[in-house]
Amino acid sequence: MVTNVLNYGRSGVADWVVQRFSALILAAYTVVMVIWLAVNGGELTFAQWQGFMGQTWVRIFTLLTVLALAGHAWIGLWTVATDYMKKGGVRVAFLGSVAISLFVYVVWGISILWGF
Amino acid sequence: MLVSVYRYNPETDREPYMQDVEVSLPEGKDLMVLDVLNLIKEKDQSLSYRRSCREGVCGSDGVNMNGKNGLACITPVSEVVSRGKLVVRPLPGLPVVRDLVVDMGVFYKQYQRIKPYLQNSTPAGGRERLQSPEDRAKLDGLYECILCACCSTSCPSFWWNPEKFVGPSGLLQAYRFLADTRDEATEERLADLDDPFSVFRCRGIMNCVSVCPKGLNPTKAIGHIRDMLLSRAT
Ligand code: SF4
Ligand code: SF4
Ligand code: FES
Repeated sequence: MVTNVLNYGRSGVADWVVQRFSALILAAYTVVMVIWLAVNGGELTFAQWQGFMGQTWVRIFTLLTVLALAGHAWIGLWTVATDYMKKGGVRVAFLGSVAISLFVYVVWGISILWGF
Repeated sequence: MLVSVYRYNPETDREPYMQDVEVSLPEGKDLMVLDVLNLIKEKDQSLSYRRSCREGVCGSDGVNMNGKNGLACITPVSEVVSRGKLVVRPLPGLPVVRDLVVDMGVFYKQYQRIKPYLQNSTPAGGRERLQSPEDRAKLDGLYECILCACCSTSCPSFWWNPEKFVGPSGLLQAYRFLADTRDEATEERLADLDDPFSVFRCRGIMNCVSVCPKGLNPTKAIGHIRDMLLSRAT
């Protein structure tokens, strides 16, 4: 039996909606990136790349995607862990490292995007 | 025909084992798997399994035959036998009491949890609560469940979290009462199901649909519950 202080009691509907919604954001971001690369790809210069990523809407969209990725990964891996990791200690260690990694990614992403 | 049966007597065996038995089948007749078990039991009284109605009504002889769950009494040998061999095991995922008999405790606990009875505190007008034929039709495909556990014990999500995920059988029953126009406890029922495990552990693998001996569709019922939970939340 699984008991998990990290998450137990949270709404299943909320998880479900977040999972679908974040998937949409990730898909939309992928499409935008693929199209942009297809149009501008080939001989991509650093200036071009920086010009694109420097636009405010791209920064906001990228930040949104990073957050969606973190939420999506957290719910997904939490689900996998509570299915397959039966030893409480193993699960807590795993989920703890996932949480720290995701947090680092988010902070790192923000610092790349807004450069501070 | 070679029959391989799962044997385990916790009082004498240290661990379960498969016993191979040669069974001679009558010519020109397709026996049911339960008949084959009966033939084995005639020779070896120690073999244990549950059965009662022998016609697919009581739901007591759910077993795993050549890898697929079903009722032994209505499963023809010809349908499951592969390479001349019939392999019979207990339903997966539940503790074995002895041989093919499993402990259904956690399965019934999930059934009990969804409160499988009509809840209505308004006094009935007249002698009984009437339903229109259309409202009654909403229960078709739900009320026929015989609680054989073939579905829940074929569901990986139920294997991993049998204490928390209600399982296809229990959820089919839960929807049977959610869909009933005479039941007034819809809100309480949904509130009890809105956690990350009870309903949302269903991954839509549909093992449950493929094994149900009554041809029911728990996945569809689970989809309806999810829709109700979603519209309740918005
Ligand atoms: S559809 Fe859902 S309930 Fe049915 S077997 Fe798959 S996970 Fe289990
Ligand atoms: S839904 Fe079908 S397989 Fe599941 S318990 Fe009911 S009758 Fe058995
Ligand atoms: S013996 Fe009753 S369902 Fe098979």
